[in-house]
Amino acid sequence: MKRSRSISEEFQSSLETGAAWLLAVLWISPLVYAFWAAFHPGEYAVNFNLLAPLTLDNFREALSRAPFPRYALNTFILVSTILVAQLVLCTLAAYAFARYQFRGHKIAFALVLVQLMITPEILIVENYSTLARFSLVDTILGIGLPYMASAFGIFLLRQAFKSTPKELEEAARLEGCGTMGVLWRVYVPLARPTYLAYALVSISHHWNNFLWPLIVTNSVETRPLTVGLGIFGAPESGVNWSVISAATLLSVAPLLIAFLLFQRQFVQSFMYAGIK
Amino acid sequence: MPAAILLIAFTHYPTVATVIDSLFSKATAIRPSRFVGVLNYQRMLDDPIFWKVLANNAWFALGTIPTSIALAILMALFVNRSIPGRSLVRMAYFTPTVLPMIAVANIWLFFYTPDIGLIDQIASWFGFSGHNWLGDPTTVLPAIMVMTIWKEAGFFMIFYLAAMQNIPPELEEASQLEGATRWYYFRRVMFPLLMPTTLFVLVNAVLNSFKLVDHLFVLTKGGPDNASNLLLYYIFETAFSYFETHFAAALTVVLLILLSVMALLQFFVLDKRVHYR
Repeated sequence: MKRSRSISEEFQSSLETGAAWLLAVLWISPLVYAFWAAFHPGEYAVNFNLLAPLTLDNFREALSRAPFPRYALNTFILVSTILVAQLVLCTLAAYAFARYQFRGHKIAFALVLVQLMITPEILIVENYSTLARFSLVDTILGIGLPYMASAFGIFLLRQAFKSTPKELEEAARLEGCGTMGVLWRVYVPLARPTYLAYALVSISHHWNNFLWPLIVTNSVETRPLTVGLGIFGAPESGVNWSVISAATLLSVAPLLIAFLLFQRQFVQSFMYAGIK
Repeated sequence: MPAAILLIAFTHYPTVATVIDSLFSKATAIRPSRFVGVLNYQRMLDDPIFWKVLANNAWFALGTIPTSIALAILMALFVNRSIPGRSLVRMAYFTPTVLPMIAVANIWLFFYTPDIGLIDQIASWFGFSGHNWLGDPTTVLPAIMVMTIWKEAGFFMIFYLAAMQNIPPELEEASQLEGATRWYYFRRVMFPLLMPTTLFVLVNAVLNSFKLVDHLFVLTKGGPDNASNLLLYYIFETAFSYFETHFAAALTVVLLILLSVMALLQFFVLDKRVHYR
């Protein structure tokens, strides 16, 4: 009796492993397919022949049709500007919320949290006219500005700062640290995992953001990768599949490589940021 | 505080301005914008596309959220036990999450292309004739849902995975000693313990279903005949293709109300119900 049960259990567990792998293969196959199409000549796009010749022509073609290096540079500038501004602003705001009991701090914090629900992309119409008023349309700064004061960042860092023992701050003050000194020497180093998690989430979010940059930008000098790709892949542009796949891979490559290299950190950061 | 200024400039001010703007008429060369009260809302209620878009959003949410949550739980269960190649499997599940929606849409567009697309090619091996998946109003929304589920399930998986790792293993051992089947253990022990995660994921998923419209730009542009149009995309079209900013403002107000209702629901109703025991 006992024996038969263990056999059936074994069978069940290998069945599960099989199912897990099947799902994994199914899940990764669209991406694998994009690789296939990108590295083979157009006529092999739907013709799976292992002997099909490999080629880099699709990448050459994609690069000659659109300035992807320039788009990549724009994305890079955009993502790093946003990240730096977010880290500075959110650190200051989070510190204030974590340690000072100013009048109306509860209401102020609730107002910050509003942004968790009402993200800037929902208010595209008004935000666009605000930018137009400051003549920031079609600038990288304009794309980044609405995201710089991030409620999510303030929230995460506030939690981290709150869990820092107050005694450490007092000790630092006795040593002669000012407010900024305390923040920089005590709070920031102790919240390093939070910063890492937040940075990874922020980078991948803004790397992938599309709607708002699409509205704000209208020139090659400011357009990030996603918008460039969106224009490139539009059906009316009449580019063939292999070239579109190549362009798609070009735009996701930096992030994808970073993800594959730091897979563990990515997954843990997303988890960490999600659980709060 | 600089953070406060930016937040006010890009969250609070526009929220209020949207409401005010929605009460004004469109400015033209001969006639400046003037106060029209609820006229924009009147027009909205009479607008069949508005209702269509709202219904689409509801179907889209209903079609994607339960399936991706179920898949996410399944994926988390798979990679939570020690199977060979666990980290590879986990990576495969999670990879779609880090890809931009626009890139994902580009890849999937090819699957759905009539006749030469991948799905039709495979279907033709089995003798099915080609189908215009994105051109047919009856299949366009499901086609987009499948893609969204593919993109989101892995993202939700990691939250479940994190929660499952916090469940003490003694619970499973105890229930095995009691002779409970694994399904019973999942249903009566694990699932209730995962309730807070489910709530969190649910709220996120609902928000996403309203916020994420990037794929429409590549796949369908809301067509055919608005069969795949979603509210935020309609707002975009109204404001930036037809330049009807005041009507778009009225639509935005609806979106804001929907989101606020969801926020309130989360705080007052669901928060109480997840406290099991």
